Amino acid sequence: MEHIVIIGNGIAGVSAARHIRKNSDKKITIVSAETKYFFSRTALMYVYMGHMKFEHTQPYENWFWKKNKIDLKEGFVSKVDVKNKTLLFADNSMLSYDKLILAVGSKPNKFGWPGQDLEGVMGMYHKQDLYNLEKYAPNNLVCKRAVIVGGGLIGIELAEMLRSRKIPVTFLVRETSFWNGVLPSQESELINKHIKEHHIDLRLSTNLKEIKADENGKVKSVIIQETGEEIFCDVVGLTAGVTPNIDFLKDSSIETGRGVKVNRFLETNISDIYAIGDCAEQHKAIGQRRNIEAVWYTGRMMGETLAQTICGNKTEYKPGHWFNSAKFLDIEYQTYGWVFSERNKQKNETYFQWKHPKENKCITISYDKNTNKFLGINTFGIRMRHEIFDKWLTENQNIEYVLEYLADANFDPEFYKLHEAEIVAKFNQENNTHIKVKKKSWKRIFSRAKIL
Amino acid sequence: MKIIQKLGIIVFLIGLTIFTGSIFLGNFSLTEKELDTYITEKGYKNEVIKEELLKAIVAQEKINIFQFSDKARTAFKNANKHYDKLIAKYNAEKNWSKKGQQYQYKINGKPHTLSYQLAKKSGSGFIKENTGLMWFLTFGLGIIGALLFIIPNLVLLGKPGIKNDGIYLESSTNRGWMAWLVLVYLVTFYLVLYFMADYAVNWTFILDPISKALNGGEASQWFVYGFLYCTIMLTMGVRMFIKYRHNKYQIVRTISVLFFQIVFAFLIPEIMTSLNMPGYDFKNAFPLDYDFFFDWNIDNLRNSGGIGLFILVWGIVLTLIIVPVMVYFFGKRWYCSWVCGCGGLAETLGDPYRQHSNKSLNAWKLERWLIHSVLIFSLVMTIVTLYCYFSGTQSFLGIKSQWIKDTYSFLIGAWFAGVIGTGFYPIFGNRVWCRFGCPLAAYLGLVQRFKSRFRITTNGGQCISCGNCSTYCEQGIDVRSYAQKGENIVRSSCVGCGICSAVCPRGVLKLENGPEEGRINPKEILLGNDVDLMSFINNK
Repeated sequence: MEHIVIIGNGIAGVSAARHIRKNSDKKITIVSAETKYFFSRTALMYVYMGHMKFEHTQPYENWFWKKNKIDLKEGFVSKVDVKNKTLLFADNSMLSYDKLILAVGSKPNKFGWPGQDLEGVMGMYHKQDLYNLEKYAPNNLVCKRAVIVGGGLIGIELAEMLRSRKIPVTFLVRETSFWNGVLPSQESELINKHIKEHHIDLRLSTNLKEIKADENGKVKSVIIQETGEEIFCDVVGLTAGVTPNIDFLKDSSIETGRGVKVNRFLETNISDIYAIGDCAEQHKAIGQRRNIEAVWYTGRMMGETLAQTICGNKTEYKPGHWFNSAKFLDIEYQTYGWVFSERNKQKNETYFQWKHPKENKCITISYDKNTNKFLGINTFGIRMRHEIFDKWLTENQNIEYVLEYLADANFDPEFYKLHEAEIVAKFNQENNTHIKVKKKSWKRIFSRAKIL
Repeated sequence: MKIIQKLGIIVFLIGLTIFTGSIFLGNFSLTEKELDTYITEKGYKNEVIKEELLKAIVAQEKINIFQFSDKARTAFKNANKHYDKLIAKYNAEKNWSKKGQQYQYKINGKPHTLSYQLAKKSGSGFIKENTGLMWFLTFGLGIIGALLFIIPNLVLLGKPGIKNDGIYLESSTNRGWMAWLVLVYLVTFYLVLYFMADYAVNWTFILDPISKALNGGEASQWFVYGFLYCTIMLTMGVRMFIKYRHNKYQIVRTISVLFFQIVFAFLIPEIMTSLNMPGYDFKNAFPLDYDFFFDWNIDNLRNSGGIGLFILVWGIVLTLIIVPVMVYFFGKRWYCSWVCGCGGLAETLGDPYRQHSNKSLNAWKLERWLIHSVLIFSLVMTIVTLYCYFSGTQSFLGIKSQWIKDTYSFLIGAWFAGVIGTGFYPIFGNRVWCRFGCPLAAYLGLVQRFKSRFRITTNGGQCISCGNCSTYCEQGIDVRSYAQKGENIVRSSCVGCGICSAVCPRGVLKLENGPEEGRINPKEILLGNDVDLMSFINNK
């Protein structure tokens, strides 16, 4: 029986294992050094905040693995012996494989800041980070202030976590406005304001110079590059993005760049070795996606796809239309299709934007200024239907069509106030058009996209 | 603000202490004349009972309700013992006719109930004389204290949004000692209410004026329960309004359950009673309203003229037509989390404990066995009762009508729905009864599962498996297991409270009523992956 070994029990590795099991009776082993059982990394924050217990982050009950004959091995792989198809573990044990799937994920970026390895300096990625945070920031007496370095999604989540225990937070963001490499300025400014409403000391255009230690080798303060200001703190969170966690592959003959290089079939340069999830780097970017996509659902999709290949139905990895979501403190964010920030906007791309006068709600629709083709939408504080936008993108609808049928796409809970009329009125006014909002139709909503 | 909250807790605890302590107060003693009236009213033929009660509870000095209850119950026991001895004697003598005669002298009824009836007549003291003050010191302080604790959260909880910070860090909401303390209090309360009502007679005195104003009669323990129920739901409803103020579905739903509890379950029946009609809760559907087809209720309704007949027809139409039709259009939520009183308490008082429902597969298996067994039990009981009612017999298929009614009332009505259902909120979560026991929920669930337009839609591939939805599902549904597969959630137990959708950080879940086609949509590959692969796998 063929032995499939998967290194990494995150969403990519586990999706691959589940789908291989669905389609075959191959022997499957998942190896992990972090935890025995799969848990949802995205939910770690809720454990610290007291919304959940760690066990709630585990999507499958513990009996699931045995019942599905998926072996779990705890251990740290120190070397891959490609020639003998064997894994070497830190405790000198060995495991041989017929096919190897690398789903080893990422680790937090460190940019060589002085003091970056001090006690009390941490990322927010691994389960271990949660213990560290609990140790160094259990409450606002032990941790009188925390400094977070790096204004991305993990940074704002870490700030939210610390604020849930009333710990003062200083948030250093390199950009001139929060996440404005990704978000249009309307949205980025909305989030700036919201961060401050949550009593987070947001410092824009600010870089870290160094982290200083006290006499015990524990973090004492940080120094700001621009001003030389010293900010005293007990915890420093480094959240300036993630990098593939592939140091252990350095000496193997597996081709790596920033991540493990793979083709569209998720194959590495060595036969029978594959890479999926955060650690996989496409030779050539797919569409407008990045070569490395550290996103939950792409990990899952690569796992689903590779399982097909492994089970004899060789399948190319073809992610569909881009979508994503996040939550910035109290504000939910969803995106479908491509909306680039002003900084990265394409030549033909233009915005239509609407913002609620009082509440934290706004949208940006991106469209082609020549053809009016709908390119993508960002929504803040409004939920949208994935299926509808996926269908519209596939059908290459134009912005007028999207606005006319916008009510079909709304996914807010029942009784919520809807804003389609205001949104479309604004577009009509700006563009001298006469679009009328169509009433929501179940028939349209539940009709499958034409291509299916 | 924090100080106001602390003050609130203190005021609340003072109110609770006085409320609890009040049962130890007062004197209980009858005059001989009162006793005579009581015995005549009851029509007891027992010749010993007067003497026994005279000895025990007439012209006593300063005995509290516990001593009174003890003496009264002993008196009843002795009075019956006298005839039991005679029965044994004639039995031994094989004097059957004499033996048979003795039974008419025996006094039927539960000892605590008999004791309650006497205590209600015989109480005196501070509480009875100062009902207004006592109301303020118990209910009043409780309400004020609770509100002082709840209202500052408008500021303390910060901006509108999901407010679950610290739930698993607090003893009261993480099964700590505080939760166990609340459990012990609630369980004790229900045991007293159901089985030792005489101990709670002082509470009925406090509410006598309100009861008289509403229905013209004195308050019973059930009036106390109903009043307390409404008060708690209203106060904890305020908490819901603050906690979920960003979510209009929750606001509207909470207003709805409060309305149906206060108007339908409480005010209308009381007013009907004052108009000499049978007090009836028009929203309480059989088989949750398990005694609707009991002989005494049918008799009562048949003897109440037009309104009685209307109630009889309404009750049947409600269960057979209105309930399933509404479930078809809106899901069982229209009843369980918008209308029902049990659901109303669960969604207000129980909300802080919703995360404790067990999400394991084994719990789901237990749920299906248990809830459907109770449904069958209630139906068998009703069939037996109705058969006996119309045929005039005592039993059907070897099941005694009285026995099965008593067993159901005791096991399901009192223990399951009350003591366990509510008493265990802090440990097992707020929907234990609704999930494992309620026969109406079982019936609604079957309709919801097989013939309904309701579902919780999963939003394509947006789920990140965080587990907030499953954690906060009060019915123990592993919502995530569906959401992360891109499947809609169609489960018989879902009461449509909408919290999974509220707590989802990625906007993945939406409760909605739509076409039946495609409602249940098992998938292997989620939206977002290569369309060829999706259609290949999902259509294979």
